[in-house]
This record gives sequence, structure tokens and C-alpha cells, in this order.
Amino acid sequence: MNSTNATRAALKFAFPQTVPILAGFLFLGIAYGIFMNSLGFHAIYPILMSLFIFAGSMEFVAANLLLISFNPLSAFFLTLMVNARHLFYGISMLDKYGQSGHKKWYLIYGMCDESFAINSTLNIPNNLDKGKVMLFVTLLNQIYWVAGATIGGVFGSFITFNTEGLEFVMTALFVVIFLEHWLNTKQHYSAMLGLLLSAISLAVFGGERFIIPAMLAILGVLTLLRPTLQKEKRTAL
Amino acid sequence: MTITQQIITVGVVVIGTMLTRFLPFFIFPANKPTPVYIQYLGKVLPAAVIGMLVIYCFKDVSFFSNRHGLPEILAVILVVSLHLWKRSMLLSIAAGTCFYMVLVQYVF
Repeated sequence: MNSTNATRAALKFAFPQTVPILAGFLFLGIAYGIFMNSLGFHAIYPILMSLFIFAGSMEFVAANLLLISFNPLSAFFLTLMVNARHLFYGISMLDKYGQSGHKKWYLIYGMCDESFAINSTLNIPNNLDKGKVMLFVTLLNQIYWVAGATIGGVFGSFITFNTEGLEFVMTALFVVIFLEHWLNTKQHYSAMLGLLLSAISLAVFGGERFIIPAMLAILGVLTLLRPTLQKEKRTAL
Repeated sequence: MTITQQIITVGVVVIGTMLTRFLPFFIFPANKPTPVYIQYLGKVLPAAVIGMLVIYCFKDVSFFSNRHGLPEILAVILVVSLHLWKRSMLLSIAAGTCFYMVLVQYVF
């Protein structure tokens, strides 16, 4: 397969995987653009912020940071806390992204929740260039997000139809990815732990603060279970 | 805030975000052997983190007031049953989302 054909084949495989995100990111991006517009920011703000930050919830937080008094240090630590979950994505993707040559720099740069979820569970056929498929998944997702933020920032005030509830497309996507991963694997301890410990953490700490305790709990329990889980993996092989 | 202060604030957010994304790859570069413990985490974390992402979607749902999270619960049940039955990603997501929109706009 020559390079052009390989690229086309990778794009053809990657695009359908990102269609739910096309819907979700366009909607959320537009909502973000409208939000920035309503705060009085010129469209260039949502455009550049969606392009360079590319972390949805953090962009909403950053909008608020721009409205309060100047404090870069607290902005920095807030960002680290809100985005700490990316550390988990990185550890999970060390193998997959680390070995994809120069592409890895963009793959890491563009690793949002959705790109991570798709790329980490995708079963890419061996005849395709895996690096290219993951690159397209990441790139398409970012294009959807920036396009949404641009549309919202520029035309935000003209959009009137009732879109309430459309954001559920992201919940549905993660539920389906979780289910697919569950059906494709034999061992479910880790998936159950993730659900359970996060749910407990959410109940205890509330929506604003649950992520870090949830991550620490997951890390702790997975570390404690390591001897058991590794033994089972070996016997399964 | 002046334009310069705004640029610095956004810049700091960009640097913080990228630090969380790049840090694991800087600490454990591909050309050096990754510690066995980290390799283990790399294998067991994805499933747990996707579970965490599912819960993350419910972080703003209040289960103890107004709708009690009913639209969310019903829509997730639909997504799961539809997916177990047809196993078509787009169908499960599209039907679940439309159902949820009808619930929050007309029913609850």
C-alpha cells in the first residue's frame, strides 16, 4: 500500500469513529463560543483558546479567570487540578503513542477525554497504519471543537432553536465505549473499580472536587490488587 | 485585565494543560525501559479511567432534587439495552440522545 492510499484508508476507518464527537463537539463548541460572546469577548478568544488549550471544561474555567483579577500562579495550579486526569491518559498511552514517531507530539498535544477514550479502546486492523488512524481521530476531534467554538463565537447571538439536552451525546458516547470495552475483555475488575470508586468519590466530594480523590483511590486500589491482577493475567495467557 | 495580562493567563492555562498531557511521556521516554509498575498501570488504567469518564458525565446531575437524575438514568438504560441488542454505536448514541432531549424538553 503506498502512502496516499494508506492515509486514505486510515481516514476512512477513523472518521466513522468520530461521528458522535462531531455532533457533541459542534454543539458544545458552539455553546462555548456563545458563552464567550455573552461575556463580551471577541470571537478571536474562543477560536484561539479552543485551538491552543483544547480542553473543554478548562476553557469554560479560563473564561472566568479572564474576568477576575490577574493571578497567573493560581490559574496555573487550578489548571493542573482540573486537568490532572490527563496524567492517567498519558500513562495508559505510553506504549501506543510513544511508538508512533513524530506523530506522537501531536497525539499527546491533542489528547482530550474523547480522543483518549476512542484511541485507547479502538481495535485497529493490522493492515492499517495505527499511528495515522489515531492521528486522524485526534485531528478530526480538534477540528470539530474549533469549528464549533468559531461558529458560536461569530454567530452565537443568532442561534435560537431548542438544543437542551444535546450535550447528552457525550455521556452516551462514553457509556457505549465503556460497554464495548467491557464486552471485548474477559477481566472486569479494573472497569468496575473505575466506576465504583469514582461514583463513591462523586457522592462524597461533589461534582467540583471528585476527580482527584477518585484518581488517588483508583491508583491505590489498583496498586493493592497488583499481585492478584498480574497473577490472573499470567494464568489467562 | 489588560491584553498582556489576558495573554499571560491564557498562556499559563495552555502550559498547565500541556504539562498534564506531556509529563508521563517525558518521565518515561520510549527509548528507556518503563518501570514494571508503570507498565502494569498502563494495562489496567484505561478500563478504570473510562469508568471514571462515565461517572464524570454525571458530575452535574443532582440526584436528590428536582428531576432526581431520572432523565439521565432512563436514557442510559436505553443506550445500554439498545447497544446490547443491536451493537451499533451510532444507533445507540443517536437514539439515547434524542430520547434524553425529548425527556428534558417535554416530559420533566
